[in-house]
Amino acid sequence: MSNAEDHEGTRRDFLYYAAAGAGVVTTGAAVWPLVNQMNPSADVRALSTIRVDVSGVSEGSQLTVKWLGKPVFIRRRLPAEIEDAQSVDVSALADPIARNANLDGAADATDANRSLDADGQWLVMMGVCTHLGCVPLGNAGDFTVEGVGGGWFCPCHGSHYDTAGRIRKGPAPENLPVPPAEFVDETTILLG
Amino acid sequence: MAGIPHDHYEPTTGAEKWLHKRLPIVGLLYDTIMIPTPKNLNWMWIWGIILTFCLALQIVTGIVLVMHYTPHVDLAFASVEHIMRNVNGGYMLRYLHANGASLFFIAVYAHIFRGLYYGSYKAPREITWIIGMLIFLAMMGTAFMGYVLPWGQMSFWGATVITGLFGAIPLIGEPIQTWLLGGPAVDNATLNRFFSLHYLLPFVIAALVAVHIWAFHTTGNNNPTGVEVRRTSKADAEKDTVPFWPYFVIKDLFALAVILAVFFAIVGFMPNYLGHPDNYIEANPLSTPAHIVPEWYFLPFYAILRAFTADVWAVQFASFITGGIVDAKFFGVLAMFGAIAVMALAPWLDTSTVRSGRYRPTFKWCFWVLVVDFFALMWLGAMPAEEPYASFSLIASAYWFAYFLVILPLLGVIEKPLPRPATIEEDFEAHYGKSSNTTPAE
Amino acid sequence: MFKKLTLSALTALALSAGGAFAAGGEGHIEDFDFSFEGPFGTYDQMQLQRGLKVYTEVCAACHGLKFVPIRSLGEEGALGYSEDEVRAYAAQNFEVFDEELDDFRPARPADNFPENTGVGAPDLSLMAKARAGFHGPYGLGINQMVKGMGGAEYIASLLTGYTGETKEEAGVTLYANTAFPGGWISMAPPLAGEDVDFDDGHSNSLHHESQDVAAFLMWTAEPKMMARKQAGFVGVFFLVVLSVLLYLVNKRIWKPVKYGRKD
Repeated sequence: MSNAEDHEGTRRDFLYYAAAGAGVVTTGAAVWPLVNQMNPSADVRALSTIRVDVSGVSEGSQLTVKWLGKPVFIRRRLPAEIEDAQSVDVSALADPIARNANLDGAADATDANRSLDADGQWLVMMGVCTHLGCVPLGNAGDFTVEGVGGGWFCPCHGSHYDTAGRIRKGPAPENLPVPPAEFVDETTILLG
Repeated sequence: MAGIPHDHYEPTTGAEKWLHKRLPIVGLLYDTIMIPTPKNLNWMWIWGIILTFCLALQIVTGIVLVMHYTPHVDLAFASVEHIMRNVNGGYMLRYLHANGASLFFIAVYAHIFRGLYYGSYKAPREITWIIGMLIFLAMMGTAFMGYVLPWGQMSFWGATVITGLFGAIPLIGEPIQTWLLGGPAVDNATLNRFFSLHYLLPFVIAALVAVHIWAFHTTGNNNPTGVEVRRTSKADAEKDTVPFWPYFVIKDLFALAVILAVFFAIVGFMPNYLGHPDNYIEANPLSTPAHIVPEWYFLPFYAILRAFTADVWAVQFASFITGGIVDAKFFGVLAMFGAIAVMALAPWLDTSTVRSGRYRPTFKWCFWVLVVDFFALMWLGAMPAEEPYASFSLIASAYWFAYFLVILPLLGVIEKPLPRPATIEEDFEAHYGKSSNTTPAE
Repeated sequence: MFKKLTLSALTALALSAGGAFAAGGEGHIEDFDFSFEGPFGTYDQMQLQRGLKVYTEVCAACHGLKFVPIRSLGEEGALGYSEDEVRAYAAQNFEVFDEELDDFRPARPADNFPENTGVGAPDLSLMAKARAGFHGPYGLGINQMVKGMGGAEYIASLLTGYTGETKEEAGVTLYANTAFPGGWISMAPPLAGEDVDFDDGHSNSLHHESQDVAAFLMWTAEPKMMARKQAGFVGVFFLVVLSVLLYLVNKRIWKPVKYGRKD
């Protein structure tokens, strides 16, 4: 085999690899849109954060909004509820973790770690029972404050949540999770 | 599978033998991809691969569009806009699908006229031809129903007009039309069944394509000379052919890349050029657009449909001998489907013993007139139904039928063909000079 | 043979498209010079912002944009507004019906522009694609290929095409318009010039207002145009490279077959 043939062979191989490579890249570029089209579309993504106007929520009342297809409870608690929630010994809780998406995962389930504002007046959490996904009832269950309200009770399998949404009794394993939330102004909560 | 002698797949390793004994699928693929192919095929033999690609493109983009589309009269139009505005890359997927239909038809017309010029329809390839015609019909049905789905004005009124053709059938026409529509007019029931069938038919086409390929792999490809590959021995056959892989796969892929570059330019820079503006107006059953025009690929046949009006003597004659059952409207419908039927019957209408038009001097002229005629009909189909277009349409339609029913049978008898090469090898070498090794080393 | 047929196939493209649009526009359409024309044309962000202002302050009184999400004003390659600006725009200008509240509330970015069926005026979301300004000649489609489809030109020509003449027909006042097919339109002249003050100090003559709102409506009809052209360009580039490589490979593998030698 002469050098000239050798050279020829290398050039030919290079051409074949280049063509095959370009073919693979082109095919790959064609496949990606077919995969990506199944990701959430722009209208769905636009609803991943919502603004909730809470100016109409008075003390002792609760607003339920839909966020990411699920209910979110926004409750403006009365002093009695807050007191009740703060008086609980965290170490004795069934789930001692705050379950608050705004804090780090290890934060303990004190009432301050569960509520949104410094005063502890606002409680924002997912309205989905951590047992099997039912929507708990408000102002109900064994941990509601007599004559005041607060507390949640899941009618499906009898889970009781206290005035900070923490699991206290029943089959549910975890506290009601707190979604990413913040006040963007006096009367508007940004969810997500 | 093929009648041309060639090496078959021989399983060598244990695993290959194990599989081959139970399911000879590797052998089937090998025989398909390595099929001996006449080495003198020219660039008009690329369209088969282009068409296969189009079918795949339409099925793949179609399936993903269905993930976002809603077949309901109140939501269909909005769901298409949802695809265009919200779905990731949705605008590209939809434009590829919409323009993909046009590419599909450009390729199929080129493919059909290739067959007509080189006599690919002649014995022993009649079944390949007939299956091809069935594919063409299925494509027309699929394209028509697909155009209804966006539920624009042209969707709605196109569906109304075309299903109205069935209403022209004497006696049973109206019940058939009602059955097709699922009601007295185009409505939700129509949209839903068109959606269902638009999804189904491409898979029927895919099955027909498999049979189409099976058939011509059995007879072997035609080629520009129309001279058959020598089958006397494997050595003789190898002088006339090369294996499909890599020679024609690479050639066809090159052609595909060039055509797709043009296609992408159209999709990227002028995706609505081949569409109709009225289809960006949501369907309104109470208001008809000023001009209803079918998509471009239907125009030649649409022109034939409209050409036969009540004042044409052939129509009057048909009406007279059938006692008025065949009126002008029904005659038009018969003519439109007849235009495809005569094409399907070409294998039996063409009496010439010479296959390729290359060696038929008079035929050549008639063929090119037919090509011009086809484009003339396409243009006339988009023109208003008034003079002088009506007369032109009639002449052009008449030529279409005359070509198949008069010229092909007569020409075979009276025409004196030119001398043909004895073998494909001879033709090939006439182009490229005498080759020293007839069997390539690779 | 194949050259002729390929040529024919290409002619078919041009010819038939022309056919599809052959009939229709009797009105005179002026060929406005828009920034988004041609394969590399892009939207002029300032012009879209001016057009939005014309739409909001004038057109929106009668015409809706029901397919256009308000949030798309802030999307990449759109009007260049920030999230807060879009939210403020939505809340200040539109109210939408909320099925959960069973009441009207100020619009949010996630809502579409409201539809407006008050006086039976057509929705403008897709108007720039639902009209063709240019046709022919002779049904050949060459004008659309050279000048573009002309939807935006149609809108701008219509807005500047009022002659001032009116007539009454069946109790409806019709206005003479040189761009409208048939010559008489039931929409009163919506713009007279100097209807809107532009924030960028751009001329607000009738001609400019019309052109700006036409550009904006082109954007509402085809918001992904720039991304599409880019995808088209990348696609063409890749395929041309692939074509060249495949051409060379094809030439090389056929060489021994055609000329009986390997190089």
